[in-house]
Amino acid sequence: MLEHKLITKHIGNIDPLSIDDYVGVGGYAMFKKALGMTRLDIHDAFEASKLRGRGGAGFPVAIKLMAMAKETRKPKYVICNADEGEPGNFKDRYLMENNPHQIIEGMLIAAYATGSSHGYLYIRGEYAQSMATMQQAIEAARQAGYLGSNILNSRFDFDLEIRSGAGSYVCGEEFALLESIEGKAGRTRVKPPFPTAKGLFNQPTLINNVETLATFPVIIAMGGEAYAKIGTPTSTGTKLISLSGNVRKKGVYEVPFGVSMRKIIEELGGGVGAGRKIQMIQLGGACGPIIPEYMLDMVIDFERFEEFESKTGAGAIIVIDDRHDMFAILEQVSEFFTHESCGKCTPCREGNVHMRNVLRRFVNKTATEQDLLMLENQARVIHQTSLCGLGQTAPTAIISTLHYFRFDYLNRIEDSMQEVA
Amino acid sequence: MELTAVLQAYPKEQTYLLEILLKYQASKPTHHLEEDELTAIADHLGLPASHVFSVVSFYSFFSMTPRGRYILQFCRDVPCHISDTFSVRETLETLLGIKTGETTEDGVFTLEYSSCLGACDLAPVLRVNDTLYHHLTVDKIKAILAEIRSGSDA
Ligand SMILES: Cc1cc2nc3c(=O)[nH]c(=O)nc-3n(C[C@H](O)[C@H](O)[C@H](O)COP(=O)(O)O)c2cc1C
Ligand code: SF4
Ligand code: FES
Repeated sequence: MLEHKLITKHIGNIDPLSIDDYVGVGGYAMFKKALGMTRLDIHDAFEASKLRGRGGAGFPVAIKLMAMAKETRKPKYVICNADEGEPGNFKDRYLMENNPHQIIEGMLIAAYATGSSHGYLYIRGEYAQSMATMQQAIEAARQAGYLGSNILNSRFDFDLEIRSGAGSYVCGEEFALLESIEGKAGRTRVKPPFPTAKGLFNQPTLINNVETLATFPVIIAMGGEAYAKIGTPTSTGTKLISLSGNVRKKGVYEVPFGVSMRKIIEELGGGVGAGRKIQMIQLGGACGPIIPEYMLDMVIDFERFEEFESKTGAGAIIVIDDRHDMFAILEQVSEFFTHESCGKCTPCREGNVHMRNVLRRFVNKTATEQDLLMLENQARVIHQTSLCGLGQTAPTAIISTLHYFRFDYLNRIEDSMQEVA
Repeated sequence: MELTAVLQAYPKEQTYLLEILLKYQASKPTHHLEEDELTAIADHLGLPASHVFSVVSFYSFFSMTPRGRYILQFCRDVPCHISDTFSVRETLETLLGIKTGETTEDGVFTLEYSSCLGACDLAPVLRVNDTLYHHLTVDKIKAILAEIRSGSDA
C-alpha cells in the first residue's frame, strides 16, 4: 500500500471535537508517557527519529529542541505555525479540522521537553473553521486538565492561546510570525539570533509547523529508532502531500518518504482527466519549481527537493495538464509574490513587479529576446539578494522553467515576432 | 459591537492589537476601520497612532474604506486558476455589475481577490465572510448571490 498512516491514523474514526474519542484511541497517553521520561530521553528519541521540520525548510527538530534546552531564561514559548499560506498546501488545515487534539498533545510534549510554559497557535485568518475547531479542542483539553497549571499533578504548567493572522503570506516566515504575534506588521528580522535564542518578546522560542508537532506523539509512542526505519535513511517517516490541480482525486495523502510522485498522482490521485496528459507539475507550492512530466519518477525526499534550491517543500503537488499555457501560470505565480511581498527590501519589492510585467509580454506574445535575458537576470538577482525566504524563492518557478522549458520561451519569442510581422 | 466592549475583552497589551482590530472590524456591517477608531485603539494600548496605522495598512484583511456587508473573496492562485473553466472573476463581476475591489451600490457586496484559501482540493473556491463555498459553477455562484440577497433584504 502506498499510503502509510501514522499521523492521520485516527482521522475519520474519531469525532474531532470529542476529547473522549481522542483519549479512546490512545490520545494524551503519549504526553503522559513523556512526563515519565527525562528531558534527555525525549531529546534522544527525537535525535534518533531524525525528524525534520514539515513547514518547508526541513530543519532537524532535535537541534532546535537541544538549543531550547540550553536556554535558561524564562519564560520560554512554543509556537505552532499554522499560517499555511503557500498556494497548493492545505494539509495543516486538514490536521486541525480533523484531529485537533493531536496537535495540542504535540505542543504539550514540545513544551515539556523544552521547559516552556506558554504556547501560541498562529492560524491564518482565512481558516475560520480551523480556528473554531482548535478553540473548542483547547477548551476541552483545559477542562480535562491537560492544559493549565500543575498538569496531571506533574508540577508542569502549560497553557495555549490561538492568534489569528490577517491575510499576509509572509507571516508564515518565522520572524514575521513573531512580529505579528507581538502586534506589529509582519516584517522579518535579520538573523541570527534565531528564535530559540531570541524569539517571541525576545525570549527563547520553539517554532514548528502543525504537521511537525502532530508527529511528536507518534515518535514518543513508537520510539525514535522505529520511526527512523520508515521512509528513506535521510528523510525519515511520512509526509503529508497536498495533491491539487488537474487530477481526479485531490486531497491530503500520507505517504512514507521515498515514494515517487508518479505513484502519488496516478495511484492515489487517479491521474488526470480522460483524454488529457500531464504537462508539468509545480512542487511545494508557488515558491517551488515547475518540472516536466518525464521527471515524475523522482521520489519525495528532502535531498531531492534541495537540488532545486527549493527549501519550502511543504509537500504540495500541483498537477497541470496540457490545456494550460505555462506563461499564464507563471504570471499567476508572479502576481502572488508581487501581492505578498512585504516591501522591506528592494529586490523583492521591485523585482517581482518587473518579472510579472515581463511574463505578461510572454502571455500576450509581445516578448523579445531582450525580455528573456532580462527575466533570467532579474530572477537570479532576486533569488540571491532578497532578505527572506519569500524573495529568495519567488523566482524559483521561473528559474526552473527557464531550465526545463527553455524551448517554450524561445518558441514564444518566435511567435511574438510573427505576430508583429 | 461597541469599540469599548471589544477593548475590554482583551488585556491592555500590544500583542492583542491584531485580535482587537480583527474582532472590531468584523463586528461592523461596513467591514472597515476609521481614523478616530484607530487613534482610540492606539491610546488605549499606549501606542503611537502611527504604529496602528502601519499595522492596518500592512495586513490585507483590514480596510479603511467602507465595504459591503458580504465580502466575496475569490482565489486566483494556480490550483484554482487551472481548475477554473468558466472564470469565477468574470462571472462575479458580470452578475454584480462591479469590478474586483468595488462595492455594489446597495452596500451588500464587495468583491475582492484573495490569495490561496487553503482549499485547493475543493477548487475553485469563494469565501463569503467566514463561509467557504467550493466546486464553483456559474449556477452555484448565482445561487449563492441569490441566497444572500434574499436573506439580507429581510
Ligand atoms: C515566506 C515564508 C512563508 C512560510 N510560511 C510557512 C507556513 O505557512 N507554515 C510553516 O509551518 N512554515 C512556514 N515557513 C517556514 C517557517 O519560517 C519555519 O521554517 C517553520 O515554521 C519551522 O517549522 P518546522 O521546522 O516544523 O518546519 C515559511 C517560510 C517563509 C520564508
Ligand atoms: S524578501 Fe520580500 S518579503 Fe522578504 S523581507 Fe524582503 S521584501 Fe519582505
Ligand atoms: S489555490 Fe485557490 S484555494 Fe488554494
